[in-house]
Amino acid sequence: MTSDNDVALRVRALESLLLEKGLVEAPAIDEIIDLFENRLGPQNGAKVIARAWSDPDFKARLLANATDAIVEMGYEAVQGEDMVVVENTAQVHNIVVCTLCSCFPWATLGLPPVWYKSAPYRARAASDPRGVLAEFGTDIAAEAEVRVWDSNAELRYMVLPERPAGSESLDEEALVALVTRDSMIGVTRALNP
Amino acid sequence: MNGIHDMGGVHGYGPIIREEDEPVFHHEWEGKALALARTGLAGGHFNLDEFRHAMERIPPVEYLSISYYERWLEGTLMMLAEKGVLSGEEFQARLDEMSGDALSGDGA
Repeated sequence: MTSDNDVALRVRALESLLLEKGLVEAPAIDEIIDLFENRLGPQNGAKVIARAWSDPDFKARLLANATDAIVEMGYEAVQGEDMVVVENTAQVHNIVVCTLCSCFPWATLGLPPVWYKSAPYRARAASDPRGVLAEFGTDIAAEAEVRVWDSNAELRYMVLPERPAGSESLDEEALVALVTRDSMIGVTRALNP
Repeated sequence: MNGIHDMGGVHGYGPIIREEDEPVFHHEWEGKALALARTGLAGGHFNLDEFRHAMERIPPVEYLSISYYERWLEGTLMMLAEKGVLSGEEFQARLDEMSGDALSGDGA
């Protein structure tokens, strides 16, 4: 509908008016952009997952009350949301979607990728999750159950992927590298070591 | 409220398009649009539910035509206008001034 140049101009116009009215301060804008570009992201969630794989007590706390367990690792909710972590096993595969918009666990995964916010994913993750998983190259055994979790503003989900076979000797720090953003959304598995 | 945003189970949107090594923002204005919405929220001019509802009230054809952060921008503009913080006319006047096209009367 509008080109990126037109949108950029609309954003600049709004920014200039809000700055003039004293409703926004330039450093606050820079601070928010820096937060989302550099400090929030799946590197945080990967540490949570690696801890859960390494520490059974932490894993139990994470599955019982993810909000508190994640705060325990220093990642505060950005929008005051509650978190639920669901565990993938050989029998149950979980995937996360936000059919209404783009709700995503910002503190642990950052902003969602474009595909997560796109109509095809929002539509089909709900009705054909196995088809979506196949599109991501993730084959799920016919006898395994697939569970779809529809996020909302107040409650956001993250998947605890299965710890990959062959990773038994790795320590927590090495495990972090196996945990991808997509594996915490549930559309793929964690990487093999 | 159902509407165009309520996409779960809808058929016909085609394959999921993915991008390798996707940047957090594809354009500088996207980060700005997010930041301006969040400062509006932080400033108490509107809350998160009102903001989401504003984006859901974007007319369906437009909702599907514009990009994600453009919806954030339009939602923010709707909220600021409805809350009496910044009128559509004032915004349009600034836009005209900045685009050097003072004759434009299209307030879309």
